[in-house]
Amino acid sequence: MTSYIWLIPFFPMVGFLINASIGVKFKRSWIHIVASAAVGLAFLCTLLIFVDLLKLEPNARHIENVLFDWIIAGKFKTEIGFLIDPLSVIMALVVTGVSFMIHIYSGGYMHGDPGWRRFFIYLNLFVFSMTLLILGNNFLLMFVGWEGVGLCSYLLIGFWFEKDSAANAGKKAFVVNRIGDFGFILGIFLIAATLNSKGIWSLNFSVVFSHAGLFTTATATAVTLLLFVGATGKSAQIPLYVWLPDAMEGPTPVSALIHAATMVTAGVYMIARCNVLFSLAPITLDVVAVIGALTAFFAATMALVNNDFKRILAYSTVSQLGYMFMGVGVGAFGAGIFHLMTHAFFKGLLFLTAGSVMHAMAGDLDIRNMGGLKKFMPATFWCFMMATLAISGIPGFSGFFSKDEILWQSFHRGHLFVWALGTIAAGLTAFYMFRLTFVAFFGKPRMSEERKHHLHESPKVMTYPMMVLAVAAVVGGYVGVPAILGGSNRFEKFFEPIIGGGGHEAVAEVAHVAVHASHSIEFLMMGISVAVGLIGIAVAYLFYIKKPEIPVKLASGMKGLYTLLYNKYFVDEFYNGVFVEGTKKFATFLWQKVDVGIIDATVNGVAGFVEWSGLMIRKLQTGYVQTYAFSILAGGVVVFIYFFWESLF
Amino acid sequence: MGGLAHIPILSTVIFFPLVGVLFLLLIDKENESVIKGTALVFSIIEFAISLPLIVAFNSNTADLQFVERVPWIKGLGIQYFLGIDGISLLLVMLTTFLSVLCILSSWSAIKVHVKEYMISMLFLETGMLGALISLDLVLFYIFWELMLIPMYLLIGVWGGPRRIYAAVKFFLYTMVGSVLMMVAILALYFLYYKATGVYTFDVTKLYQLNLPVPAQMWLFAAFALSFAIKVPMFPFHTWLPDAHTEAPTAGSVILAGVLLKMGTYGFIRFCVPLFPSAAHRFTPLIMTLAVIGIIYGALVAMMQKDVKKLVAYSSVSHLGFVMLGMFALNMQSVEGSLYQMLNHGISTGALFLIVGMIYERRHTRLIVDFGGLSKQLPIFATFFMIATLSSIGLPGTNGFVGEFLILMGTFKSSRIFAIFAATGVVLGAAYMLWMFQRVMFGKLDKDENKVLKDLNFREIITLVPIVIMVFWMGIYPKFFLGKMEKSVSHLLTQVNKKVAARDTLDNRTKKLADNLWKTKEITVNRVN
Repeated sequence: MTSYIWLIPFFPMVGFLINASIGVKFKRSWIHIVASAAVGLAFLCTLLIFVDLLKLEPNARHIENVLFDWIIAGKFKTEIGFLIDPLSVIMALVVTGVSFMIHIYSGGYMHGDPGWRRFFIYLNLFVFSMTLLILGNNFLLMFVGWEGVGLCSYLLIGFWFEKDSAANAGKKAFVVNRIGDFGFILGIFLIAATLNSKGIWSLNFSVVFSHAGLFTTATATAVTLLLFVGATGKSAQIPLYVWLPDAMEGPTPVSALIHAATMVTAGVYMIARCNVLFSLAPITLDVVAVIGALTAFFAATMALVNNDFKRILAYSTVSQLGYMFMGVGVGAFGAGIFHLMTHAFFKGLLFLTAGSVMHAMAGDLDIRNMGGLKKFMPATFWCFMMATLAISGIPGFSGFFSKDEILWQSFHRGHLFVWALGTIAAGLTAFYMFRLTFVAFFGKPRMSEERKHHLHESPKVMTYPMMVLAVAAVVGGYVGVPAILGGSNRFEKFFEPIIGGGGHEAVAEVAHVAVHASHSIEFLMMGISVAVGLIGIAVAYLFYIKKPEIPVKLASGMKGLYTLLYNKYFVDEFYNGVFVEGTKKFATFLWQKVDVGIIDATVNGVAGFVEWSGLMIRKLQTGYVQTYAFSILAGGVVVFIYFFWESLF
Repeated sequence: MGGLAHIPILSTVIFFPLVGVLFLLLIDKENESVIKGTALVFSIIEFAISLPLIVAFNSNTADLQFVERVPWIKGLGIQYFLGIDGISLLLVMLTTFLSVLCILSSWSAIKVHVKEYMISMLFLETGMLGALISLDLVLFYIFWELMLIPMYLLIGVWGGPRRIYAAVKFFLYTMVGSVLMMVAILALYFLYYKATGVYTFDVTKLYQLNLPVPAQMWLFAAFALSFAIKVPMFPFHTWLPDAHTEAPTAGSVILAGVLLKMGTYGFIRFCVPLFPSAAHRFTPLIMTLAVIGIIYGALVAMMQKDVKKLVAYSSVSHLGFVMLGMFALNMQSVEGSLYQMLNHGISTGALFLIVGMIYERRHTRLIVDFGGLSKQLPIFATFFMIATLSSIGLPGTNGFVGEFLILMGTFKSSRIFAIFAATGVVLGAAYMLWMFQRVMFGKLDKDENKVLKDLNFREIITLVPIVIMVFWMGIYPKFFLGKMEKSVSHLLTQVNKKVAARDTLDNRTKKLADNLWKTKEITVNRVN
């Protein structure tokens, strides 16, 4: 099966093509079946490949299939080829698996939408691009997938394009991502230029990484920083995170799939893929870790006071992605990917439950209009609870294992600042998630009587996929139980072969920091993070169940802070005022003043001058013989003087 | 080439459209549908005639192929000399390809003087093909000027309200450049005679001439100015938005698709190989102007209110990429540059066709008059989206391959230019998507837009070949890159050799002069 890696992106592509062409004639249910089956088959292939891969020796788990040469120019050559190894297989499993669930779920959620076919076309195109991103065996193919998912994200955020807010959000996402891609592609150029000058003309991952020794620290730092710029765009990190909250304008399954579980984690995947290069650049790794920690913290604070169900989850995604970057930034690449996986389960699930709630609430997302939903939608509530417990880091749930691993690794590897911010953010996470839980699902229903009357649990086509993900969100962490809890962290071990390599001392050093630390400290740290989470929950309970007047008082008491948080630190306003409006003003200036006012005016001026000279010269043609005779005479005189003058000297 | 060697296939390709013109002359003016049909049939046959070129083209050599060479005016050394290589082949194909689509797109848009219009179109095709295939400078110059007349008429007769202004501006501006080029051609001719005692306009012979650097600089400047206006490079671009806005749709497609490429083609065919040392010295200037063009064109495009003008300014930006890659002078960048020439013809051609289709329905091109069209025109929206994505160089489309190769090649030779140029990629996405959003997304709130009809069969047929090319060139570029590979590498080798030879020669002279000067100094010292 391992020589059929290409089947994984192939099936979604087929689904896309079928629905895009003859799908016009299909019944609605058929379109849904084709799209879901395409992704289901891709998932099945991934599973089979995964099983085959497990049978191989850990060091032999690296298989490439090359389909054909893509771009050849001079000595430069790049191909369409796929790579399967522990990293890409995990990613592919998560992506196709979660996508499959969400494809099924969408059949219920998008029920009755006039854009039904378009939706599934885009969704299949997304899965195709995402698998290309993950499975591509070279930087360029990864970039193709990278931009491809960006396109699908653009199309799906702006799915309801009649709404200006949706169309705007789509464009914002694409343009902000392009800013990141600008860095990413320059990083690729720098890799190519560095290797080309040494006679290596490939962008294939294995070739590049096995020649990592050719990169000086300075070059490696530049390359990785540029690549990381790309990651901040795609994975919504400071300073390019601004597009993700707006992306919630898209249909909720899209938020679940693209803007929580899969696409936004591409940056983390990319860094893990390039761990050899990143390990050569300690400065970059520090930058990654610190940006990750700051993002985790600030995004969590923005989620504290928001009242929009999906936007709270969006800020939470930004924050959780920050954790993943903390993980890879401190050199614990496995831990970063581990959290990526558990997050895909619980955050994907959280969004699906949000969709379910929206379904019941006729699209209203304001949590102030909810309350008591627990009674009306028990299945949704329990799924939501599982995911919330997981993200809050409650022991036994998946998020606990992965988040704790990241925090422990940061602490253990000496990144205390990163650890501290991460720990505080963990408390904030538990708080805002339980605030959401208590306000939306507990207490008295605050919606209108009419709407209350219509509240209902979602159909099975929606709840079943949610339940599947709920199971994953609970048990997904047990593949990586740390040694001190009696596990053997199989995830970490499976992952090991892809870390390091390239024959660089520094690489090995970063990747395999000795894990011999005292167990008591590890336990203590675990205790701290669990305690912080519990405190967050307790405070939320106090604020929103016991004494609901406290948050109101706090909000009026600390008006400044509240306004700042409520307006997300005014970052959007700042970007808009400075960058967007600035560019527009400058562009208008160039157009009206420079282009029309100077350049074209000069061109027309020259033409005008020529015309004017013509008019003037024409006046000489008077038609009077006397004038002509005079000019002949005058000319003669000039010629005479000229020669006379000459002979004088 | 075998059997094809006996058939003067290049002459056939060049002059076949004129046969069409003869036929059209015989048809009654009133019989418009027959006129259109005849023109279309001839353009399709013409495309079919040009297909053997790409099929029989030998990609393993940089030699000129399908060569035809007949003395024309013996005393002056003027020949009828035709031939193509990997550099001109694909542009020839692009020309015959786009001509068919242009005639298709004029079906209902042209309502007056249909016969004259179709005659102009076919005439123009001959002019363009002649200029691309000629290898004798006089012959080239004749075709080069010949293109101007039908284009001038297309804009001036079938154009928009300010068509006369635009047509005259286009004509005069290009003429100024052409005159300079003619002077330079003559100078080159006499210099060659001085060096060898032979009069010739044969480009392949003139390539062998290695002039002193100052002479190269002057001649390069004269050629370059002429081509730079045609491209157009910043700051010689202001005729373009006017010409594009006023020209009929097919005029814009041909103008953007092929005529502008004459400028870039001129650079790579004449300027660079004839005067390589000068090209090296002008590189910083040209690359600077190219990068300014990329960013400036993009920014000015962003604020345009008229969709067609926006696309016109985007051309300035895209052609900046072409020039940048060409003057970075390495395999990747030059191949990328040639690729981008084709891309621009295809994606910008598509955009002009699309703008034309909506203009025919709505008689406006102002962005504010639209909004929400996706709902009303889903098929149109799909094509428009694909053209937009190709224009912003999304991977998987043709635009990506060109931009990627140009930027990667440029990055190797001149990092800072590549970095600035790459911002054009961000700006490109911004202005295209913003325009797309304002035209296609949002509420369908204007009554005039609520009655618009989606694309008809003819329009779909016009756009489908372009979409095929967008993806073919994006997914399997090897086919096209392979055709140009040998010619580009030959060109670069020749350029490097010539520059090196010139440098050695100059160094030797310089040393000689230095020594001479030193001797003088010594003499002077002695006298004192």
